[in-house]
Amino acid sequence: MSASLITQVGSLAQRSMLKTLRQPFQMFPIIFFPAILLIINASGLHAATLLPGFPTHSYVSFAIAVAFIQGAMFSLINTGTNLAEDIETGFFNRLALTPLRRVSLIAGLLVGVAALGAMQSVVYILLGVLVGAHLDAGLGGALVVIVLGSLTALAFSSFGCVAALRTGSSEAVQGLFPLFFVFIFLSSSNLPRSLLKTPWFHTVATWNPISYLIEGFRSLYIFGWDQTALLRGFGVAIGLLLLGLLAVQWAMKTRLQRT
Amino acid sequence: MGDENEAATNVSATTHTTSGEPPPTPPSSPSPATPHEPQARSTVWGVALAIAWRGVHTYVRRPELAIPSLVFPLIFLASFAGGLSALGGVPGFDFPAGYTAFQFVFVLLQAAMFSGLFTGFTIAFDFESGFARRLMLAAGNRRGVALGYALVALTRATITLTVVTGVALLAGMQITGDGVDMFGLYALAALLVLVGFGWAAGVAFRFRTIQAGPLMQTPVFLILFLAPVFVPLPLLRGWIHSVASVNPATAFLDAGRGLISGVHNHTALAYICAVALIGVFTLWTLRGLLAAERAG
Repeated sequence: MSASLITQVGSLAQRSMLKTLRQPFQMFPIIFFPAILLIINASGLHAATLLPGFPTHSYVSFAIAVAFIQGAMFSLINTGTNLAEDIETGFFNRLALTPLRRVSLIAGLLVGVAALGAMQSVVYILLGVLVGAHLDAGLGGALVVIVLGSLTALAFSSFGCVAALRTGSSEAVQGLFPLFFVFIFLSSSNLPRSLLKTPWFHTVATWNPISYLIEGFRSLYIFGWDQTALLRGFGVAIGLLLLGLLAVQWAMKTRLQRT
Repeated sequence: MGDENEAATNVSATTHTTSGEPPPTPPSSPSPATPHEPQARSTVWGVALAIAWRGVHTYVRRPELAIPSLVFPLIFLASFAGGLSALGGVPGFDFPAGYTAFQFVFVLLQAAMFSGLFTGFTIAFDFESGFARRLMLAAGNRRGVALGYALVALTRATITLTVVTGVALLAGMQITGDGVDMFGLYALAALLVLVGFGWAAGVAFRFRTIQAGPLMQTPVFLILFLAPVFVPLPLLRGWIHSVASVNPATAFLDAGRGLISGVHNHTALAYICAVALIGVFTLWTLRGLLAAERAG
């Protein structure tokens, strides 16, 4: 990678981070919603720990994994919205007319997202400590959580970029939020898959890749180092990222042809 | 736009007041309408029915409005009733109609309140687009504006609750209560539509922007989720048990679950709370309407 490309990506990554960090209405849901849902669900669903086969006595340790996925989902919306706003205001077109290499247009944005993803993972780890979640894998596990959190945010955000590039509308990107959120609801977010007794729900959760991401985070909190869960979690994150990047490449071609 | 202009024309009159007094009849009307028509349109119900027609017409014709209000309750129903059905086996959980019915009541009452909230969004959007301002100028009796939007909320809720009930029955939900109990459940849901609407309309009339949306949604969302959503109150432990014990939403859920199962629980308390909240939020809405009038 040439020095000029690194500079270009670095500048756009910095802009991407600052754009999110300086807007309270983008930061608020990232912190507030996962926190409030964790606190409410951890209390309301504590009785689930009484079920035979439930893997831990602490529901908060079980549920904290969902906060990382919710945070990544908000990254998706924020990234998509920011990119769509750049398209709406013409900033993206002006950037495309400069000598910047095309790959840096999106790479800069996504590097910024990865950095923000790591930062929000740190926030959720601290939140977990505050509400009494026990990270069984210890300090090393915390580092893995941060890496997986960053990778997940990156993978999800690539789909936000696709939505923005295809629609060019921030309103349309925001409208996709419920669609993405359904994936969290129809996963093993509230109970382990072995305790999903409704057959159709069990099938959907088993096919839903979000289940494996959640289980990757969760394994570090309640089992320590579970190689299978971690491999599946990282596998899904990397798979989604590759899929997202391919879709971004295709959407970029169409977007730049239009301009 | 055609609907909006038509609705604004339908509620047009010569004076604008919240006092409820009928405006003086114009000496002559250039429109081909009958002589009684302008006066009828300036009454509370005349204004309300025109707004309700326009609101329902818009709702039905715009899928981006209708689909989220239908999809969200169904997602909650699928996620909670399907994904958490194992909670029906927790020691101490004893609900005669089963876990699907237990969660259905939560989803039904939540959908009812959110139908009211979404209508608050409509009011805010109408202010942002300038339509509500024209409506306020045209309405002979502006209390009819609030009443009209309340009718919109009830109609939207009827559609949503019918769909949610249909899906729950298809999913095999059991009902062990009788017909009177079910009537009571839907009557409670109707009251909660008005509670949700009253809160959201008051906010919408005061802020007149869709950016006030989180202020409409978040308190209701929190109050609902700080009740025994997943398991009955005796199975909650710690701070949430204390909060849920004094939360009126607990009475609504207990009553609803009692009605669907035929084992009544806090039914009278739930109705009293709902009616009291409607009274409080009616005042809140009417004072918001005055604030909107003052703002021009």
